[in-house]
Amino acid sequence: MSDSVLPLSALNLRYEVNGAPLIDDISMTVAPGSFTVVLGPNGAGKSLLLRLLHGLITPTSGRIDWAGSGGLRGRTLRQRQAMVFQRPVLLRRSVEANVRYALKWQGAKPAELQEACEFALQRAGLADRRRVPARLLSFGEQQRLVVARALAGKPDILFLDEPTASLDPSSVQRIEALLVDANKAGTAMVLVTHDIGQARRLGQNIVFVHRGRLVENEAAEPFFSSPQSGAARAYLGGEIVV
Amino acid sequence: MGDIQAAFSLAANLILTGDRDLFEIVGLSLSVSMTAVAVACAIGMTTGAAIAVTRFPGRGMIVILLNALMGLPPVVVGLAVYLVLSRAGPLGVLGLLYTPTAMIIAQAILVTPVVAALTRQVVDDLHREYDEALKSLGVRGIGLVRTLLWDARYSLITVALAGFGRAVAEVGAVIIVGGNIDHLTRTMTTAIALETSKGNLALALALGIVLVGISLAVNGALSGVGGVAGRSRNV
Repeated sequence: MSDSVLPLSALNLRYEVNGAPLIDDISMTVAPGSFTVVLGPNGAGKSLLLRLLHGLITPTSGRIDWAGSGGLRGRTLRQRQAMVFQRPVLLRRSVEANVRYALKWQGAKPAELQEACEFALQRAGLADRRRVPARLLSFGEQQRLVVARALAGKPDILFLDEPTASLDPSSVQRIEALLVDANKAGTAMVLVTHDIGQARRLGQNIVFVHRGRLVENEAAEPFFSSPQSGAARAYLGGEIVV
Repeated sequence: MGDIQAAFSLAANLILTGDRDLFEIVGLSLSVSMTAVAVACAIGMTTGAAIAVTRFPGRGMIVILLNALMGLPPVVVGLAVYLVLSRAGPLGVLGLLYTPTAMIIAQAILVTPVVAALTRQVVDDLHREYDEALKSLGVRGIGLVRTLLWDARYSLITVALAGFGRAVAEVGAVIIVGGNIDHLTRTMTTAIALETSKGNLALALALGIVLVGISLAVNGALSGVGGVAGRSRNV
């Protein structure tokens, strides 16, 4: 992974709205090829943290460094990252055109485009539906397409904001399989989820966020067996954490 | 009642016998209005989409102004174009007054704000939905405008139809800058105005029936295109 833009390090991130800190002094690192799961109660700031890391919003203070980027900025840096949102956002075009569109903006060369598109469709199990308007797919297929589209350009890092919330179990399984495969192939994952079972299945590192602050940043096994903070213990114990 | 019955049979007669004058008038009406709408779409859709995706000081005022311009009175536009194109006007040397080109210019000015304002609204809504996903892909600038215009294509057919409706039904501007000259600048609407003033109510009404028929046919054809191709829209 020598050519990865990772590791990504966030230093003292703070994000305020009308003077109220929604993200408060968060520092964390994402290593190449890692699988980080962000846990925390609703409203803790998990999605905001993801958007800050991905650069969709600008922190009020603090900084984000892409140590491996060798000075890449703007669009070229963005082409090495991708994000999947909770609600699938699909263009009003065919399944295949959606993947091609993303590949073009991710900087795929025309010669590679066809092959990369084919690979993404096959991997998502959507090759026989390539001509279907993307918005006619079932919800589970739509989210699978979004994940495949995000992975098509082989990004160094993929941010996922509750990608399997409100999906049926078999769709969840297929999407998790896509993520595990891509992770093995070298794409680092940062996944926000509410599904503790999913966090246990996928996470190598757990970041626990509570009230906009990073409370724990731990390898998965020790986090689940012996969480250090009261908030994480209560959250894992199924209590309502406010 | 007699007039109405006579009008329908006259309309049928004009169409079925292939009346040359009628077809000439219809042809001119369609070519003038369609060219004006094409020009208005080229300018209005790009402008509307650009306003939708950019944020700048005074943007709110521009949107209000654009919406207000949808109600531009045709006679005022006709008069303004007349003054510019008349022999003493700044573009008088071009000799365009009382030509179909002058009519296209006037109608394009009337239709452009309609297309721009409606496009702005359509693209704004779509942009809200796509915003984060496209930002994540690094889509911006011209690429962003093109993506949104293409993905809004089925709604934009309706926008173009609204523009065509305004153009083809309009009489105030074309009669001032075109002059309603027989075989040169006579359109459906100016012919109707003329026949009405001459008291040929049956002929005027017959022309009106043909005009409504054409409007229906154009709308039907474009809606058919949009309907077949647009099944994927908003699902």
